[in-house]
Amino acid sequence: MANMGQTTLQISDLRFGYDARPVVDLPALSVSAGRSCALIGPSGCGKSTLLHLVAGLLRPQAGRVVVAGHDLTVLGDAELDRFRGRHLGIVLQRLHLLSALSVIDNLLLAQRLARVPCDASAVRRSLAELGVEDLAASRPARLSRGQAQRVAIARALVHAPALLLADEPTSSLDDANAARVLELLVQRTRAHGTALLLVTHDRRVSGLLDDQVDLDGLR
Amino acid sequence: MRLAGLAWAHLRAAPLGSTLNVILMALGTASIVLLLLVGHQIGTTLAREARGVDLVLGAKGSPVQLVLSSVYHADVPTGNIDYDEALRWAGDARVADAVPLALGDSVRGFRIVGTTPAYLELYRAAPAQGRVWQAPAEAVIGAAVARGTGMGVGDGFAGVHGLGAGGHAHGQRPYRVVGVLGPTGTVLDRLVLTSLDSVWNLHAPHLSHTRPASAVEDTGRTPGLGPIGPVPGHEQGHEQGHEQEQDHEHDHGEDRVDASAPMPQAVHVQTGSGQQITALLIRYATPLAATTLPRQINAQSSLQAASPAYELTRLLGLVGLGLDGLRAFAGVLIATAGLSLFATLYGALKARQHDLAMLRCLGATRGELLCGLLLEGLMISAAGAALGFGLAHGLVEMLGQWLAQARGVRLTGAVWLLQEAQLLAGLLGIGLIAAALPAWQAYRVDVARTLSEG
Repeated sequence: MANMGQTTLQISDLRFGYDARPVVDLPALSVSAGRSCALIGPSGCGKSTLLHLVAGLLRPQAGRVVVAGHDLTVLGDAELDRFRGRHLGIVLQRLHLLSALSVIDNLLLAQRLARVPCDASAVRRSLAELGVEDLAASRPARLSRGQAQRVAIARALVHAPALLLADEPTSSLDDANAARVLELLVQRTRAHGTALLLVTHDRRVSGLLDDQVDLDGLR
Repeated sequence: MRLAGLAWAHLRAAPLGSTLNVILMALGTASIVLLLLVGHQIGTTLAREARGVDLVLGAKGSPVQLVLSSVYHADVPTGNIDYDEALRWAGDARVADAVPLALGDSVRGFRIVGTTPAYLELYRAAPAQGRVWQAPAEAVIGAAVARGTGMGVGDGFAGVHGLGAGGHAHGQRPYRVVGVLGPTGTVLDRLVLTSLDSVWNLHAPHLSHTRPASAVEDTGRTPGLGPIGPVPGHEQGHEQGHEQEQDHEHDHGEDRVDASAPMPQAVHVQTGSGQQITALLIRYATPLAATTLPRQINAQSSLQAASPAYELTRLLGLVGLGLDGLRAFAGVLIATAGLSLFATLYGALKARQHDLAMLRCLGATRGELLCGLLLEGLMISAAGAALGFGLAHGLVEMLGQWLAQARGVRLTGAVWLLQEAQLLAGLLGIGLIAAALPAWQAYRVDVARTLSEG
């Protein structure tokens, strides 16, 4: 568990664009361990692109992204992949649980790719925290969207990452499920001392998090 | 959960496609391995049985037929030759050893061969029970003959004229088994051996034949093959008809005789005085003999000289054309399996784009994704190869057991060839090649774009 209050994510002078069209231009952003930050703004304002930059899935054209003390912009491709697996957790709008694997195998694979010891009891504990431990042997195709989103969160947290990135994690859920999932996200990241950076276009959601950054306002 | 486990899970998630690919690969593999195993063992057996025989002397006709009938006992002879003339060539300085063979009779489908004990030495064979024949009408039987007929030392039997069922039975001149050979894995296993005198006596001029009631009329399909030595009363057409293919379905009861009955007095025959034999097996005294002796015999005598090595190579060359066709067909099967594997993996790749992107999000490197796809290709080809190898070896073993009972031919599935290792490497290579392009596509997946697309 990261030390509460310690800066987990620090972004400075980050710029990224396509064909000279700037998409992300963020002077500074930081999120501390155990705290949550919402990235808000309308569609096309660069929220998801910023998340991909923080995840190391895109290379910035300028600036720095420092996660848990590591500057991602200087890491090589394979190093970046391994860093992402170990220190980041990612929850996407589309769930992308691997359909060929059972729920428990999805989580065990996440541990394996995070290069942490595979621990079935930790996996079951993680599922239990999200209230889906009885679904361990199920195939993703048999889960409801709410159940699948909980499993996706459990998978993102199973290796105790420093930073959890969530891209519109509640957009495909009904209000009741969305509120429950959001509550779990905040609760579990706080409990694990994990920093949470969440992308949403729903300002009601952003109100439930510690901080918010309106990307539209920065343009 | 390792990447191998993930690859296995992906294959299990598409059972129909995976199974089809494995079956295709297995059928192609089994076909090739079957041909390899059978071809190798038959080639080895043929070479082993011709070991020590450099040249065969026999009647003019087909040299392949002469070699097949005299060395492998697998065809009807081309005819008989004068023993005195054969002996003259046997005495040539270029000849180290010569073994005469006199064919013409059989018992329950097994050929009776009049010869000398040198024939046993040729194959380094010795009786496992009893002894070698010493007097006329004494016989030594091969291991397959003993197994097939149930005969043992002390039993008596009557030879049947011709090499198949339905010939005249020599009931008044029974043989007595004095020895049983141990298994040699050679043609000896399927032969009944006796002295030349025994065969000549049996066909001596003053003796007539008894004809079994079940015997069918001879068809005369093999001119030139007749009893050893002159046999009055056998007209030309009758002579031609003594030869019939081996047939195990004839009445076996007629050739068993009471072994305790007194053996008839052997008719004395002066060896080499106007008698005939079927073939003379020759071993050269010097390799140089190969360049002169066969040509000289063929040019200067009424005999035919045939080299087993040459004829065997020629025969296998002809058979090889057919085998090449079968191998090509098996190759097409394997190529089809490779293409099918490629189509399956490539087709599944599009559906798995998001899975691949998610794996990268979870920390998988590009190299790991590439290896995962290659592993799937390897798993399919390895499973197909394993199934194919097992199938082929099992079939050859079953075939071997059937042939051992029916023909005394040895064939086993418990043999592994170097070519099989090469084939296995080739099959795994095909699996890798089939998976290479999909794996490269997986390597190049643009994670951010794939996730943005949804």
